[in-house]
Amino acid sequence: MDRHLIVEQAGITFDTKQGPFVALRDVDLTVRKGEFVTLIGHSGCGKSTLLNLVTGLLHPTAGHIFVAGREVAGPGPDRAVVFQNHSLLPWLTCFENVHLAVERVFGGVEPRVRLKARTDAALALVHLEHAAHKYPGEVSGGMKQRVGIARALAMEPKVLLMDEPFGALDALTRAHLQDELIKIVAATGSTVVMVTHDVDEAVLLSDRVVMLTNGPAATIGEILEVDLPRPRDRLALAADARYMACRSAVLAFLYQKQMKQAA
Amino acid sequence: MSAALPRNVLAADTAPPRAVVHPLPYVVKDRVVQDSVVKDSSRPQMPAALAPSSTTAAHPSPAAARRRRTELLLKILAPVLGIVAFIGLWALVAKGGSIPGPGATFDAARAVFADPFYRNGPNDQGIGWKVANSLGRVGIGFGLAALVGIPLGFMIGRFRFLAGMSEPIISLLRPVSPLAWLPIGLLVFKGAQSAAIWTIFISSIWPMIINTTVGVQRIPQDYMNVARVLNLSEWKVFTKILFPAVLPYMLTGVRLSIGVAWLVIVAAEMLTGGVGLGFWVWDEWNNLKVENILIAIAVIGVIGLALEQSLLLLAGRFDYAKDRS
Repeated sequence: MDRHLIVEQAGITFDTKQGPFVALRDVDLTVRKGEFVTLIGHSGCGKSTLLNLVTGLLHPTAGHIFVAGREVAGPGPDRAVVFQNHSLLPWLTCFENVHLAVERVFGGVEPRVRLKARTDAALALVHLEHAAHKYPGEVSGGMKQRVGIARALAMEPKVLLMDEPFGALDALTRAHLQDELIKIVAATGSTVVMVTHDVDEAVLLSDRVVMLTNGPAATIGEILEVDLPRPRDRLALAADARYMACRSAVLAFLYQKQMKQAA
Repeated sequence: MSAALPRNVLAADTAPPRAVVHPLPYVVKDRVVQDSVVKDSSRPQMPAALAPSSTTAAHPSPAAARRRRTELLLKILAPVLGIVAFIGLWALVAKGGSIPGPGATFDAARAVFADPFYRNGPNDQGIGWKVANSLGRVGIGFGLAALVGIPLGFMIGRFRFLAGMSEPIISLLRPVSPLAWLPIGLLVFKGAQSAAIWTIFISSIWPMIINTTVGVQRIPQDYMNVARVLNLSEWKVFTKILFPAVLPYMLTGVRLSIGVAWLVIVAAEMLTGGVGLGFWVWDEWNNLKVENILIAIAVIGVIGLALEQSLLLLAGRFDYAKDRS
């Protein structure tokens, strides 16, 4: 089996004023090329921390992480990130925000015309050609998030990492973007690791749902194979028995096995 | 770079940019929301719920027009009334005899402004030269302060050790009255002109250092994460992220600094002499031509206001705060 992203016995311990705090321990995960994996768990369980380890923004204090055969030593454009709060630079237009990433990845090797074409193509992929020359402050939250996705995809990353990308959006916009993401991922064959706290989102989008136990010292509790045919359609799935089964499996993990104690 | 953009219309307002209610982005937003709804074919119930609401705002009712007229009247009438009341009060006080009244001052102003650029020797020049000289000193002193203070602010903001080092010194020197620096300037630079410039420099540098430092320290972590994920070069980080993010803070520092510089120049020139507004005030005090002192005060006020407003205008063009939603 092709092992594109490997998380091997990874753990991270933070030094706090109250002494060492074990956030994650013994995380083992392998993601195939082209696979869509979501990480789900209660808030504070360390799912974003795990994603940041793959991003390279945090360094594991135990274990190793490999992407396409190379160990992760720090952040890099081969692991593009879609941030929850979009993190677009407000003084650059949507086009310029994407172009900054394209220029960084392909700037040395391709002519300017090609860079512009790549940027345009990425914006077209998320249907934002018409807003290319608007500033982030002039477009809606959903559009900002689409620019964030375009920026990440334009880098042609080995792994696309998404940190609750739709968490800050309203339910309708979120559904719309999920549908678009399904199409984009199908078209580009991207490998995706996405953090979410939305059970429906996890089941609808993923090939596998990775469920994390509650922190501290969180680790992978269960992994659910979502064996639903693609392309997936949310309306058809709503009544699908297999979909319901997946959904209740995740819910059972979250609300029975990992019931969060009152804080 | 972004001068021609519609979101910068607020730059044309005279009020502080943050307080301006700014309809344009919301209009754009509405249209955008509708856009994405129309595209969503899987949710047929949505377009009806979110259909373009209405365009009632296009034709304001007579009541609204009346309200606008009253508002406009208030906007013009109130300041005019204020000025009239002020001049009346001034005339009343002048009746006591200690200061010249508005009429006498106006006549004197006509004489002063009749020939603003005459030169009768090194110490007797027109009001135009006086203003130009004062502005020149402020320009040089403030310019040097910007040249030193802004890069220093960037470095202090970027390196915590440097921040720790400079903090006690800045907190100690910042509250010192500007004129306390004048003798040091006279001693070191051995000239009245350069001592005045030195005083401007040292008293106007602090707001720029402090604001630039704060700007660098407050760059949202998100932006720096983007830089790290993209693995941008130091130069790109500076030009695409650090500099634009800090610019609004920096411009606030510049505005405060210019204000301080303009406050200080009058006092410094009183002590150092030479052609300039400050010395003019002192000179006319010795001549007991109080009308001219009042004219000088008005001129100083108008120029200070113009400097402040032009920098507010400039800062408005680079205000991204509303974009961070």
